[in-house]
Amino acid sequence: MASFALLLGAWWAVAASGAVDPLFLPGPVAVAAQAYQWATQDNLLADTGISIYRVMAGFALSAVMAVPLGLYIGAYRPVRAFFEPLMEFSRYLPAVAFVPLVLLWAGIGESSKIALIWLGTFFQMVLMISEDVSRVPLSQIEAARTLGATNGEVVHKVLLRSAMPSMFDTLRLTLGFAWTYLVVAELVAANSGLGYAILQAQRFLQTDRIFVGIITIGLIGLVTDQSLRFLHRRLFPWAKK
Amino acid sequence: MSTLLVSHLAKRFDSFEALRDINLTLQTGEFVALVGASGCGKSTLLRIIGGLETRTSGGLEIDGTPITGPGRDRAMVFQDYSLYPWLSVMENVRFCRTLKSFAKDQSQAAVGAAIRRANLLIDLMGLARVRDARPDQLSGGMRQRVAIARALMAQPEFLLMDEPFGALDTQTREVMHDLILHVKDIERSAILFVTHDVEEAVYLADRVVVLAPNPGHIDSVWDIPLPPRTQDLKLAPEFLHYKREITQRIRATSGMVSDRATLEALAGG
Repeated sequence: MASFALLLGAWWAVAASGAVDPLFLPGPVAVAAQAYQWATQDNLLADTGISIYRVMAGFALSAVMAVPLGLYIGAYRPVRAFFEPLMEFSRYLPAVAFVPLVLLWAGIGESSKIALIWLGTFFQMVLMISEDVSRVPLSQIEAARTLGATNGEVVHKVLLRSAMPSMFDTLRLTLGFAWTYLVVAELVAANSGLGYAILQAQRFLQTDRIFVGIITIGLIGLVTDQSLRFLHRRLFPWAKK
Repeated sequence: MSTLLVSHLAKRFDSFEALRDINLTLQTGEFVALVGASGCGKSTLLRIIGGLETRTSGGLEIDGTPITGPGRDRAMVFQDYSLYPWLSVMENVRFCRTLKSFAKDQSQAAVGAAIRRANLLIDLMGLARVRDARPDQLSGGMRQRVAIARALMAQPEFLLMDEPFGALDTQTREVMHDLILHVKDIERSAILFVTHDVEEAVYLADRVVVLAPNPGHIDSVWDIPLPPRTQDLKLAPEFLHYKREITQRIRATSGMVSDRATLEALAGG
């Protein structure tokens, strides 16, 4: 909290000193006024809503594919050997470079944004989830096997359960990535959403509106991150950090 | 009545010869301790018997059936407890009942018997007060009690213990020693117990097997015909006799003699 106050104070001081043209750095008051106007007269809520929808759709699509795949990659060495080179390769492909391709394939509808978010998060997620699974203590697995657990039971009753807290953390981190790719997608191919609004504002030199857009995304990120951390503590009280 | 038979067993890790010509039998009702200097392969041997490692050559069978992998007839207890932190104490103990190989028989009688057995083990191990607690809320000694109860829940023919009390303080260890002897009187499982603590081995076991390193082989086998164990026995001359003899065997086989020669050479130079 103190760090936020400090940042706000510094921002206000720089803006008020007049050292920077308000065209480039509007003060907090101007930004707040713009936020009020955007929220009441324009459609800040609608822009935010459509952006959240896109992030959630792309992220959910990634998660439902990446969690099982990551689990099996982490659990079975042959599966790992089969997929890992491909995943390592794909991970280094810059998702942003796929924008033209995604536009060609998926057009400028919702699917292109979701596809880009998927591209940006899926491969990271698979790799991180498989890491989470391979960090499960060997003795937890071995204890289950000497109690007569089958391979499938080891995967579902030990690996999945044991890795769940760190998988949850992985999902929390990759949700952050998803927001980055959302803005990229909306900057190049959209007619709604926060990223699009930021681009529009730039076109009309509405710097204060750019600030509102950025701060809104930051606040959404902060709120989801904190709620997920809270949820983590409630769901996995045994997982100490 | 079951018999575990190890015959001419050998284990290599690439070029490293870990175990050579191991012969051992273990029968229902017996308590055998494996001791030896570090690197003698005692844990490797236990893990091979548990089916967690493969053997390079030699025989390993229970009542004539070769061992090919881990199984519920050989439950294992590890030094680091290996409990499931997301399950309560009771759920940890009942873990094996959630596995297919146990859950086949869902008749009321079988389920009732399992519940009674879980309760009995909880009482036997002194866990009644913490049955709903999570493992991370327990001390090391209590966690190891849960791990032992969880292993016994599977009613294994053989209970394999890999330095189970190595991480506990002396007082807790003494309590655990008397507890495990009590368990041995009540349960029918044979116990194979790996430790580097000779006193622990002599106190607990009917038979102590000394392994020597380079490569790991059986140096000597000691029957311990001591009266029923009480803590006072640890100071009795006959107890100390076994402790001394076995300790000396381990020293003689561990290469400590050559270490001393090296040290003296260094000091002299």
